[in-house]
Amino acid sequence: MRIYVCVKHVPDTAAKITVVDGNGFAETCKFIVNPYDEYAVEEAVRLAQKTGSGEVVIVTVGKEAAMASMRAALAQGAQRGILVKTDSQFLDSRTTSLALKKAIERDGAPDLVLTGKQSVDCEGMQTLYRLAQALGLPVVSDVVKLTLDGGSAVVEREIEGGSREVVEVGLPCVIGATRGLNEPHYPKLPEILQAKKKEIKVIPIGELDLNAEEVCTEILALEATPERGQALILEGSTREKVEQLVSLLVEKENVL
Amino acid sequence: MANIGVLIESGEEGIKETNFGIITAARRQPGGVLFAFLLTGDASAAKAALETYGVQKIVTVMTAAPDFGLRPESQAAALAAAVKHFEIKGLLGLASPRGRDTLARVAALLDAPLVQDCMNVNLEDGTVVKSHFSGRTTATLRLKGTPLLCSLRPNSVEPVPAPATATVEKFQPPSAGSGRILVKEVKKSGGGAMDLAEANIIITGGRAIGASENYKMLRECAEVLGAAVGASRAAVDAGYAPHGMQVGQTGKTVSPKLYIACGVSGAVQHFAGMKTSKVIVAINSDKDAPIFGKSNYGIIGDLFEVVPVLTDVLRKQRQQG
Repeated sequence: MRIYVCVKHVPDTAAKITVVDGNGFAETCKFIVNPYDEYAVEEAVRLAQKTGSGEVVIVTVGKEAAMASMRAALAQGAQRGILVKTDSQFLDSRTTSLALKKAIERDGAPDLVLTGKQSVDCEGMQTLYRLAQALGLPVVSDVVKLTLDGGSAVVEREIEGGSREVVEVGLPCVIGATRGLNEPHYPKLPEILQAKKKEIKVIPIGELDLNAEEVCTEILALEATPERGQALILEGSTREKVEQLVSLLVEKENVL
Repeated sequence: MANIGVLIESGEEGIKETNFGIITAARRQPGGVLFAFLLTGDASAAKAALETYGVQKIVTVMTAAPDFGLRPESQAAALAAAVKHFEIKGLLGLASPRGRDTLARVAALLDAPLVQDCMNVNLEDGTVVKSHFSGRTTATLRLKGTPLLCSLRPNSVEPVPAPATATVEKFQPPSAGSGRILVKEVKKSGGGAMDLAEANIIITGGRAIGASENYKMLRECAEVLGAAVGASRAAVDAGYAPHGMQVGQTGKTVSPKLYIACGVSGAVQHFAGMKTSKVIVAINSDKDAPIFGKSNYGIIGDLFEVVPVLTDVLRKQRQQG
């Protein structure tokens, strides 16, 4: 069983983002494995272990620096990696999905493709759908439980109000992982050391013959979201504070 | 003179209120015909409400298959066929779990540009505004080519009525296939509570809530407010609340008119999920809690003391009308 896991190298969710040149950011901040992709890697590794003969391949589209996140995924238990090397952190979802598709198809036939439901940098929430379409596979996202059962998978996905939808999907398929699918383990030192020796094949994106100029979205401007200032701290007894608050919400803010 | 479509979502009580903000956004481009597409629900029952907000054509999109409602791929294929048939240049929908899923499927089928979870859209120049990096930056993006697709965060556009008269019709695509995905069952969450992402008002309990049964106090307040109840990651990790209630980075992203955070410290990860709220109120006993640095109003005090008084004051205020 061969499982491909698509992983993105993204700025840490707690890192300060400094906008540069109006539509880019300073890439000197700390980067991590996209948190939702981490659930995908963990799930793939567990599934591969369960079947005994499984292989987990990490596929990343990104800059050379993305190797760091790929090594982290390899330390989590994946066997090898493929990096489609680009010059830009921001690729549009069409380009990324085509690059992932070509990289996977060059390598072999997937029994399963796993990835996160979204990246935490661009929050596009669509690359996995475009990838599935390009590969001719069905796709289910927001997955919190995955059970393989012969030629199909039974998955639970999170929908409104904390409810879950139980879905049957034919294999192979593309699965979008979200929080709740598993608890990713912290790699131990031997795993981290082993990961350094694992193979990462690098393919420059130019070699994949994509029509990369045909982007469907482009970033015109990026700006720091203005922070709300210091709260107006209400004074008095508890009841006085609450009464002030309610009248402000009713009269000034018009939200009650 | 471009036709614009809105994918309408229905819940158990008919079409969702949050659709009306999306229709308002869709109406901003004058000239074309404004379509409402329904994949589920009763079009004739929704007619009056959709007309109030300016919809001119209501189209129920479906196939003859009895399990159409359980087949996400057929629904997307049928909607994609409708977009082509009615020459729709822009298709908007809700950035809800269902809306995001359907629009992503349609975008992939049509190889069309899509931006999810937008805060605003300008259909005339094909630009949208959305959060990047979990709300730390705001991006303006251009969608290239048509049809352009866009899901909007619930409550991000204020609904404004603009009455029109609508026709109702059915659209049945020549072929939509059954697809390889079948919804077997929906497991309802125990609470039957209002969905966080769609709520106008949210009251959230953080780690200071101390125990799962203490959420009852927030639920009482929420009932008076007509609010949904949320939880911080710290409260979820401590086992006080299920993950479905979590607001923040790895939980729900919300944009209500009013967000009341009780006993929430205000970590970056929490703000990532609620910073686009119109008004944020913080209740915390720690005067140095980071949340006071990024809110509109603050009450320094124990939530177990403040919340019951808040419920009481609100109840009296509601009674007075």
